[in-house]
Formats: sequence, structure tokens, C-alpha cells
Amino acid sequence: MIYADNAATTKMSEAAINTMVKVMNENYGNPSSLYILGQKAKEVLEEARAKVASVINADPKEIIFTSGGSEADNQAIRTAAALGAKRGKKHIISTAFEHHAVLHTLNRLKEEGFEITLLDVHENGLVVPEEVETAIREDTCLVTVMFANNEIGTIQPIREIGEICRKHGVLFHTDAVQAIGHIPVDVQAENIDMLSASGHKFHGPKGVGFLYVKKGILIKNLIEGGAQERGKRAGTENVPGIAAMAVALKDAYDNLDKNAEYVKARRDRLIEGLKKIPHSALNGDVTNRLPSNVNFCFEGIEGESLLLLLDDKGIQASSGSACTSGSLDPSHVLLAIGRVHDVAHGSLRLSLGEDITDAEVDEMISKVTEVVEYLRSFSPIWRDLVAGKKEFIL
Amino acid sequence: MALYSEKVMDHFRNPRNVGVIEDANGIGEVGNAKCGDIMKMYLKIEDEIIKDVKFETFGCGSAIASSSMATELIKGQPVEEAMKLTNKAVAEALDGLPDYKMHCSVLAEEAIRSAIEDYKSRK
Repeated sequence: MIYADNAATTKMSEAAINTMVKVMNENYGNPSSLYILGQKAKEVLEEARAKVASVINADPKEIIFTSGGSEADNQAIRTAAALGAKRGKKHIISTAFEHHAVLHTLNRLKEEGFEITLLDVHENGLVVPEEVETAIREDTCLVTVMFANNEIGTIQPIREIGEICRKHGVLFHTDAVQAIGHIPVDVQAENIDMLSASGHKFHGPKGVGFLYVKKGILIKNLIEGGAQERGKRAGTENVPGIAAMAVALKDAYDNLDKNAEYVKARRDRLIEGLKKIPHSALNGDVTNRLPSNVNFCFEGIEGESLLLLLDDKGIQASSGSACTSGSLDPSHVLLAIGRVHDVAHGSLRLSLGEDITDAEVDEMISKVTEVVEYLRSFSPIWRDLVAGKKEFIL
Repeated sequence: MALYSEKVMDHFRNPRNVGVIEDANGIGEVGNAKCGDIMKMYLKIEDEIIKDVKFETFGCGSAIASSSMATELIKGQPVEEAMKLTNKAVAEALDGLPDYKMHCSVLAEEAIRSAIEDYKSRK
């Protein structure tokens, strides 16, 4: 079995699982309780917080644990919106290909009277910093740009965008869910005010994440209740999950360069192999790209059928077709980089794990080639293209 | 519970009657690439009986399975019977489709109807 859908979720590492079990067994106290059992749990919690903070060059007090990336995105954006509204600033800038946790939160804010500008991400899937600057107005209260796109893996010029936001006094948030654990992230050097992360993307548990908020920014609560997380996020802390996430995060960063170099080479081998399939195209910039991400469009076929047949052949991946997105439109990310519907439906995302081998890459190349050929053999669209009745797009 | 029934997966993995009929006397194509589903049905009708039927499909698992099943249901049938094929019958024959995939069975019904109408218009 070749699991090539790490962008969707990752298997927990042995260390993370062991940590979680240990904490569940030995540190089951409520961190808010006064007795020693509780205080020991609090210790585990704060140790995890320090670990997470150090990895992104933040202060532990700037880390809030959440139930995942979506919650962190919601809290960050709603906070900035609330702070902006207080000062009569109700304009927000983001991009056309953010994760739905960001886009749908922005849609809600639109209903509440905010104006949203979604920046073009161009054919290469990269935001242009100058365009961010041009979009900033007197009444802009937030710029939110994802660190790395989840579908096509392109890495945004975060430091430059952060610099521009600082210059204009606008809050800058980045959804770093796909970036954290895979590429270096330094919130100070990159001028980041708020950042979202999710444990299950770097071999930590599902249902746990964190929000970084720079000192001085008054966070607005999404969840009201007890005084946990310095009053910023109520609810008894998921101590085992948080501890496991911190261990996974530290492991990821201790091995970052080595892993990135290794995976990148396999990624590039995979890209070269898939390029040989006629009438296909890589989605997104090849250079400013996550080490693990490969995303291709194959003309004349549909993504769900491709995935099901690949699963039969032992390869797990995902797609941006309408059928897989559960709506009538294919992935908004592919549409945002200018792929037309016909071609966006035939997309495949392969996101490699750190233990991927050359042999596995070669197997993926051969099986994808096989399945694409098979599906094309009875596709009326492919028939028309080959017969010259329609013009090839790719 | 898996996404698709065993029957759907069988028709998806081993589609029946795939291909074209060079001298088809009824051809119907429905759907569009924009929504991600296209089905093309080729019919060879003699003495008002569907002697042969073949299909080509661009679409998901349900789409391929629905078109495959639809061809099985009408092969050898009188034209007037085939005209009465419903998407419900196709979905039932497949042991059901997820709600949000029912439109694939509708497309199969429409493809058959379109092919038969083409045949009638040529007569």
C-alpha cells in the first residue's frame, strides 16, 4: 500500500502515540485542579506549549491550543474582524484559494457587513506581495494568506506580505496548516501576527491544533466558558492530544532539512514521470512548492474514477474533481489558477510521506499512467480530442 | 458502510458493453464536461429490438457503473421497453446509489432516451 494522501492526514508517529498513551495513563488529571495530579497534568500542558512555541520562535504565552486548524482559523479571523469593526475598519484581504475554513468564515463576515477582497493567485498559484499592498485600504483590518496551499502545495511569500502589513499597520494572519512541520516557520522573522496549525498534518493526533497570537493582540473568544488558555479558549484541555502534538512537532522540526531534501527528490522524480503522460500538466509553481506535493491534471478523464482505480491498485490519493468535492464545481483552487472545468475534473493530488521510496514512486508513475490510459480508452471526451473534434487544452 | 455497493463497484471495475458501434443507428450523448459527467450510448437496433449497445463515459464511479448497468438492462429489449427505462430502475439494479450520486443514474436514463430518439429521427 502506498499512502500518498498526507496532505489530507498523516499517520501518527510511534513517539506521538506512545506519548499520548503515557499521558492518558499517568497524567489524567484536569490541569485546572489544585491537587498534585492536576498540577502534573498542567506541567505536561505547559511543557508542550513551550515546545510548540520554540519551534516557531514564539513565546509560550502566545500559543493557544484548539481543536484543530479550522477552529484556529475561525478564531483568528473573527478576532481581527472584531478588532477592526471597533475602529470602523471592515475590509479584509485574502486569496482566492484559501481553505474553506478561511473562505467560509469570510463569507459569514461578508453577511455581517464586511467587505472582502480575494487576491488573484495567478497561474502559478503564488500571491504577488505588491498586489497585497495595492489592495490595502484605510479601512483594512486584516490580511489573511495561507502559508502553503493544501491542494497544489505552493508556498506563499509570507515574509514579504508580513512586512507590507507591518508597514501599513494591518493585522496579518496565515493559515499554516500545510506548512507547519514541513518547512521552516519563524513567526518573528516572517512578520506574522497570527498563525493556525493542525496536529494531524505532521504525524500528531486529529482533533488538536494551535493558534499563535502575537503578544498585544486582544483575542476574541470563539468558545466561552472556563478560564482555560488564559481565558482565550474555554474547555478542559486535551492534554494527551496536545502532548502528542508537541512531540510530533518537535520531531518534525528536528528532522526538517533532512526530510525535506529526501522527499523533494522523490517528489521531483514523480513529477518527471507523470509529465510523460500525454496531455497532462503540473498544477502550481514547481519551485516554491511543498517538498511532498504533486498535483496534476490529466485531460479527458475524471478524478473520482481515477482515485477508485488507484485505490484498487494500492495507492491512496485525492482529487479536485467535482465528484470528490461534493459540489457541482471542481476545486476552487484549480479554478483559481485558471484551469477550466473540463481539465480541473481530471486532477490528482499525491502528497508523499517522509518514508516514500524510489521504487514506490516508480510504481505510482506506472499505475497512474496505466489508469489514465484505461479511463481514456472509453472516455467520449478523449475520443473527440483525439479525433480532432475538440481542441486539446493541455 | 462503504461509499458504493458491491454491485456498483463491480460495474465500475468491470464495466459491461464498453466501446463504440461503428454502424450504430442510434447515438445519444448527454451531460457536459463542465459538470464532470458525459455519457455516450451507441445502439444497433434491428426489427425494433436493441441488438447491441455500447457506451463511453467520462465521469465518476457512479457514472461508469450507471451507464454499464443501463446497457445491460436494455440489451436485447424491444425499443419501446427500453424507452421506459427509469433512473430508479438503474439505481435499484445497482443496489442503490448515494443520494448525491443519483443524478448519475438520471444521466444514464437520459443517454438511452437520447440514443433512441436519434434512432427514431433517422427512420
